Amino acid sequence: MESVGSIIVYVVIALALVVCSVLAVTTRKILRAATYLLFSLFATAALYFKLDYEFLGAVQIAVYAGGIVVLFVFSILLTSHPGDNSAKLASKKRVYGLAGALAMLAVAGYSLVSRASFLTATATGENPVMEEIGMKLMGSGHGEYLLPFEAISVLLLACIIGGVVIARKR
Amino acid sequence: MEITMLYYLIPSLIMFCCGVYGFITRRNMIAILISLELMLNSVDINFAVFNRFLFPGELEGMFFTLFAIGIAAAETALAIAIIINVFRVSEKIDVSDVTKMKF
Repeated sequence: MESVGSIIVYVVIALALVVCSVLAVTTRKILRAATYLLFSLFATAALYFKLDYEFLGAVQIAVYAGGIVVLFVFSILLTSHPGDNSAKLASKKRVYGLAGALAMLAVAGYSLVSRASFLTATATGENPVMEEIGMKLMGSGHGEYLLPFEAISVLLLACIIGGVVIARKR
Repeated sequence: MEITMLYYLIPSLIMFCCGVYGFITRRNMIAILISLELMLNSVDINFAVFNRFLFPGELEGMFFTLFAIGIAAAETALAIAIIINVFRVSEKIDVSDVTKMKF
């Protein structure tokens, strides 16, 4: 049995998640879309905190909300007039988009809800301590992640070089 | 009321569908990228939720989310570099206007 406070926190987070993501794709001002994206990323971080993954929530805030959204805002300010509305959608386009999204929602939602009786597990386990995360990240045994860690460091280096090469002035 | 897995998976599913809708309807390249971020983010939520509810002793889902966040950051940075370069060449950022390489 969940406590009332926990349910209230859940409802607030879920509402923020849904509303902000809907607004992020329907608003016609591009800078507002980036702001709504920021809030839905914050709601995701709150969801991670609620699930007791504190490190994950901190990473989500630092990388997504702190890094990616700032990149978005910079590139929006560089490439468009932020006050402008985007052009009105052609109704055909909107119908296609709605059809795709609703079909996806119907299929996946039906398959989830029809199996609701199997998904009765409740959240157990506690927040993984930082020491455990560090040992898992640096180990090379079963369920340890040294190789992906090194691979992603090479990927990020390649990304830095690629970004500089692509975006530099010729 | 018990908050089961379903209560976390449904908002994440709605978030993914918003991403699909935006990806199809948006014309601005940066707005398309924003929709893409929504989709990636909803998948990250699913990883964490499955990890917490089905395999609470393990950390696989958490690490997968961690690496997915890192890769998403790299991908966004590169995509924005490409978009800025396209803007510099053609002064436009609308996907229907960028047709120079169209066959």
